[in-house]
Amino acid sequence: MAKVVIKLGDDISTDVIYPGRYMATVLPSETPQYAFADMTDFNSKLKSKQIPAGSVILGGRNFGCGSSREQAVSTLKGHDLIIVAPGFARIFLQNGINLGLRTVVCPTIEASEGDDLEFTEGEIVNKATGKRFAIEPLPKARQAIIDAGGLIPYTRKRLVATSPAA
Amino acid sequence: MGMTVAEKILARASGLPSVKAGDVVEPKVDLAMSHENAALVINQFLEVYQGTSLQPQIWDPSKVSVIFDHRVPAESPKTASNQKKVREFVAAQGVGKFHDIRGDVGGICHQILPENGYVRPGYVVVGTDSHTTSHGALGAFAFGIGATEMASVWALGAVLNVEVPATMKVNVKGKFKKFVGPKDLILHLIGKLTAQGANYKVIEFHGPTIRSMSTSGRLVICNMSVEAGATAGIVPADKETARYLREEAGVKGKVTPVIPDKDAVYERIIEIDVSKLEPQIACPHTVDNVKPVASVKGTKVQQIVIGSCTNGRLDDLAMAAGILKGKKVSQGTRMLVFPASGRIYAQALAKGYIGTFMKAGAVVMNPGCGPCLGIHEGALGDGETALSTTNRNFKGRMGNPNSQVFLCSPAVAAASAVKGVITNPRKGAK
Ligand code: SF4
Repeated sequence: MAKVVIKLGDDISTDVIYPGRYMATVLPSETPQYAFADMTDFNSKLKSKQIPAGSVILGGRNFGCGSSREQAVSTLKGHDLIIVAPGFARIFLQNGINLGLRTVVCPTIEASEGDDLEFTEGEIVNKATGKRFAIEPLPKARQAIIDAGGLIPYTRKRLVATSPAA
Repeated sequence: MGMTVAEKILARASGLPSVKAGDVVEPKVDLAMSHENAALVINQFLEVYQGTSLQPQIWDPSKVSVIFDHRVPAESPKTASNQKKVREFVAAQGVGKFHDIRGDVGGICHQILPENGYVRPGYVVVGTDSHTTSHGALGAFAFGIGATEMASVWALGAVLNVEVPATMKVNVKGKFKKFVGPKDLILHLIGKLTAQGANYKVIEFHGPTIRSMSTSGRLVICNMSVEAGATAGIVPADKETARYLREEAGVKGKVTPVIPDKDAVYERIIEIDVSKLEPQIACPHTVDNVKPVASVKGTKVQQIVIGSCTNGRLDDLAMAAGILKGKKVSQGTRMLVFPASGRIYAQALAKGYIGTFMKAGAVVMNPGCGPCLGIHEGALGDGETALSTTNRNFKGRMGNPNSQVFLCSPAVAAASAVKGVITNPRKGAK
């Protein structure tokens, strides 16, 4: 079970998730402090750990649009959040898969702040309303990266397998 | 079944006779570009090799380009240290297309690649920057990726698990009115499609208006294709592409265009006639909030920005200088100009545009991304409004979430600088 801790609108850009002025900070160990830095309330709740790991951010359509900055993913991954949205911008979703951020595409999702969501095979159950919503499965090729634990181990495996030295 | 330009390029690069939308392929990369975020790419790249007996080595350093542009010169010790680390890494790896902070060969990545002839028709280009879509202007398939994906490309020379995108075709006809051009066309299209209307798709541009458009203009429309969510924007290469590569980018040898098959399958076809199009403007805080300039005219503007990978090229500066010549930037408004590259800066200087800007009271800054992404210069004060030729106006984009940014063409920006309020340059023009 995971609680929706914030509900956001459509077209949430990477400038909102991780403002450009913190882009000199690149290491995944350092980026989490700037998550939603300009939404000061939410940012301070995240920083003070008032939001438990495994909580849900409910996004709108086109979540993560804009820049390709990977900090927008590592900052959320650092707080171990689950992002549920009807749709994601392409680069954000791919970065999420590559870094192992839990992103769930759920085109019809209806939920409010405070609702508890249950994730089952292929479905989200909103415990507050009892309604069920289908999860859009990821293409096989992308699932393979998730199954490998992210793009780094996936690439490492390929590299070792194809390297003449190995 | 016929193929689109993207499908043809991806088939060739993946060693397949043909591909279609939805297929998953592993295209070999012809050019891999990063900017300062190479610092993160290096981090991820080294991690790929952790626990193996292999030496970290870029698959083909001649195909990698690294360009410093986002924070030049460095605004902080942290940035300077990142740049230092990248500089040392590219030297050690023998990266061929490295552009440091220099007045002669430096500039914004999306200008440096075309002006040096690094991109050719038919190439697969990846960049750790969302506006990598720009390079579709030369008939390439160019798209933005994240740093970890780039680390994988550096290691393997291919992008793993690329889903061939469906293509939408945009046919453009008609002649632009005076003071209306490529920026107005792409803003208009984004307004029509919305910020997600082309998500996971390629936009292929066709029609007489595109055929007669300069490469500089094509770079504008491909650059901003990503603002409608597109994976890539492509103008199929033609005579103009060959002319640009030979005359402006110094390319020798044959330029072979990739053109779509007659029976290529398009998911959607959009027709646009620009002959009646008025100057367009994207209002705060989304790029798809597009209106005719006339509907917001008179809005007070504290900062005008002319430059960026969208509109910092010579024709953009020429347009702005033409409007500003002999005039002054309005009191209470500041105007910042940042040419897209050192080469463009030198050309603008020789043509007298830089002098015109300075006489008018504009501040001419060094080539680079400048105020576009609100990192190190040209920040806005609380409650201030900027009018900018850049490509994004998201909340906080120029460094202050309590400010607003409008996006427009160089003509609108220059006319507005003179008046201090948003101004339609066409007022009185035929
Ligand atoms: S000018 Fe702006 S949009 Fe273009 S590469 Fe630089 S920061 Fe990105």
